[in-house]
Amino acid sequence: MSLTLPEVERIAELARLELNHDEAETARHQLNGIFSLIETMQAVETTGVAPMAHAQDVSQRLRPDAVTHHDADGRQRDAFQSVAPEIEAGLYLVPKVIE
Amino acid sequence: MIYASLKELSAALAARKISSVELTRRYLERIERLNPALNAFITVDAEKSLAAARDADTRIAAGKATPLTGIPLAQKDIFCAKGWRTTCGSKMLENFISPYDATVIVKLEQDAGMVSLGKVNMDEFAMGSSNETSYYGAVQNPWAHGSGETRVPGGSSGGSAAAVAAGLAPAASGTDTGGSIRQPAALCGLTGLKPTYGVVSRYGMIAFASSLDQAGPIAHSAEDCALLLTAMAGFDEKDSTSLERPQEDYARALGQSLKGLKIGLPQEFFGDGCDAEVMAAVQSAIEAYKNLGAEIVEVKLPNSHLSVPAYYVIAPAEASSNLSRFDGVRYGHRAAEYDDLNDLYRKSRAQGFGAEVKRRILIGAYVLSHGYYDAYYLQAQRIRRLIADDFAQAFKQCDVILGPTSPTTAFKQGEKAADPVQMYLSDIYTIAVNLAGLPGMSLPCGFDKQGLPIGLQLIGNYFDEARLLNIAHGYQQATDWHKRHPAGLD
Repeated sequence: MSLTLPEVERIAELARLELNHDEAETARHQLNGIFSLIETMQAVETTGVAPMAHAQDVSQRLRPDAVTHHDADGRQRDAFQSVAPEIEAGLYLVPKVIE
Repeated sequence: MIYASLKELSAALAARKISSVELTRRYLERIERLNPALNAFITVDAEKSLAAARDADTRIAAGKATPLTGIPLAQKDIFCAKGWRTTCGSKMLENFISPYDATVIVKLEQDAGMVSLGKVNMDEFAMGSSNETSYYGAVQNPWAHGSGETRVPGGSSGGSAAAVAAGLAPAASGTDTGGSIRQPAALCGLTGLKPTYGVVSRYGMIAFASSLDQAGPIAHSAEDCALLLTAMAGFDEKDSTSLERPQEDYARALGQSLKGLKIGLPQEFFGDGCDAEVMAAVQSAIEAYKNLGAEIVEVKLPNSHLSVPAYYVIAPAEASSNLSRFDGVRYGHRAAEYDDLNDLYRKSRAQGFGAEVKRRILIGAYVLSHGYYDAYYLQAQRIRRLIADDFAQAFKQCDVILGPTSPTTAFKQGEKAADPVQMYLSDIYTIAVNLAGLPGMSLPCGFDKQGLPIGLQLIGNYFDEARLLNIAHGYQQATDWHKRHPAGLD
């Protein structure tokens, strides 16, 4: 397998990463090196082998869909928004999405 | 005192031979003096550390101390710590002051009463094996200090290992996704433990590859690691993959005889590709274990050569998903100029992430993209099962698996930085352990001709940390590799 430049650019767009032409070319070269390592995996016969996601094969715990931390005075929200790039009146500011 | 064991520090604090404030000051003074050359710490806040030390002294005076109360430690900068800048080694989080504490921080600092000396350097988002991908600069391996060379401390917990090896902290927290505790411990002459997946809470530990990430201690000895793991481990409802198991005392088996212990040597770990001096030191360790009464059995891990390829699908796939949260909206870097929302994402992420992180996001986005999921992610998860089954078979014949931690000693800065694949292969012996979710340790077992430490890896069966720690402890009672320290740092 060998990635083409348009493929690298498409992945970068999916990943929301701006890459200029030189960066995309470097990435293409390096990714092809990494994928040649990964490809050794493809020759292995794995029919009937169950995919493994967690060592103990436990499923994710569920909890009731209920509020666990009340924030009546908004202090918790303020604390969490203190690290936001731009907020106003408890809201995160982003560029206009709908014209 | 700087290189005292945690047990000795605990006894000195309990006997009021030293206060936590005095002890904390000694390490802070050393950090101030030596960190400019080593770059192990990203953030130090002496006032915060001393306030915590005063609280610890009050707690000791009130008779409410745990064995670790008042003992300082360094925290890997991957753990969110309330009020502390938490960067994860990235420009993306350069100005991120965490509004909350990770469970590991709560357990070590609030519950056990340990004193944080600050946040230590790491590969960006824990992606690296040399600490060279950190936005805050590479870390010097203390064993190469004064040699005229700059050598890597390993990674990603390179700051943790360098800080402990140089006596800037008596112990440190670390995390291990593919070897990030064990490989730096090996390269810095320390003892480090990655627990069974699910034993230590991942809550508040900035996620890299969620099905592989585990936190654990880096310290001088197995005994120190046992004390630290006892404080760190435990069920946490805030981590959905945390295992509901009773609390354990991981020091409980220390001192038990190793007579009759069956040590498995996987032939795959003793073939080509390992440096001869590393192999010779590992062979000497095997002899030492025989002298302690252990039996040696040959085991096979026939799929271990597939662990690096499978890992470089699973880890980047999970990373690309986890790192999608860094979008310049709720926290982290935001580009100064952009055209629209999509452009804000693209520019903020391009500016905030370094080259290795971008590479892994791209790999992950590709293997998870439409039409490729089965061929890559699902195939890698199936191979993961084969690798775990190999270990299960091996553990029918032995109690513990032994081999090298890393194929080489500390390499020079820049030596592998330009070739990602070469860098990835430095974790060839450690990655399979994460894929299987098993506990693994590294402990010092010798030095090469240049005086650089060599690490011995011990791999245990699931939940066998207490025995694993005793197997390391038994060796450390018979040898003194773990008591050697780098010269020229006083």
